[in-house]
Amino acid sequence: MPEITIKYFAALREQAGCSEERRQTAVASAAELYRELQAEYGLSLDIQHLKVAINNQYCPLTQPLQNGDTVVFIPPVAGG
Amino acid sequence: MFKMFAEPIQDGPLRARLQSARAGALVVFEGWVRNHNEGFAVEALEYEAFAEMALLEAEKILAEARERWAIEAIVGAHRTGLLQIGEIAVWVGVSAAHRGEAFAACQYAMDEIKRRLPIWKKEHYRDRPAEWVNCQHCATAPAHHTHHHSATDGARV
Repeated sequence: MPEITIKYFAALREQAGCSEERRQTAVASAAELYRELQAEYGLSLDIQHLKVAINNQYCPLTQPLQNGDTVVFIPPVAGG
Repeated sequence: MFKMFAEPIQDGPLRARLQSARAGALVVFEGWVRNHNEGFAVEALEYEAFAEMALLEAEKILAEARERWAIEAIVGAHRTGLLQIGEIAVWVGVSAAHRGEAFAACQYAMDEIKRRLPIWKKEHYRDRPAEWVNCQHCATAPAHHTHHHSATDGARV
């Protein structure tokens, strides 16, 4: 199975209880990965409010995941 | 150039990078932490960044500004960590031959920084628990949450 690195920030970091993890998963897309994590950690943010970055680039949530990808789900940003 | 600061932003070195004998205008925007938001007293702000990606995205924004307007230089910075009232949260400076281009490029860079950089803000209030700004109404329930609020420059989308 592909191994994915997931990094967590802000509200998602607090809810997941960690900043980073590696996980072997058979999910087909970033959206499916989020559903898997949501079920495991009880993440409260709905996917419709999130963006996803794969390897430091914004991507569609439907993007397929590759072995070695780093995935970050991005809650609504509030810089500035 | 764009920099992330874990300590208070010192603008001297940033301004030095904007010096140009061809520039007749310098526009600087500073976003400050203010003491209230949406009627609540704010005591401090905490910024968290996905720094690696924020820097990449910020450099894209500055490059876009350089492409769109005839400017001499553009420099930006953003704080992370715990900020007190009055501290600088974000800093953008633009030098250009004429002020119109400098104002426009600065406005563009600030708007895009707020929209695109993976940076999050937790507001610490005097009279209620701290909250991640923009995230409180995003729970797994419908809620079409489109309004924007924050205790910095108060832009509302």
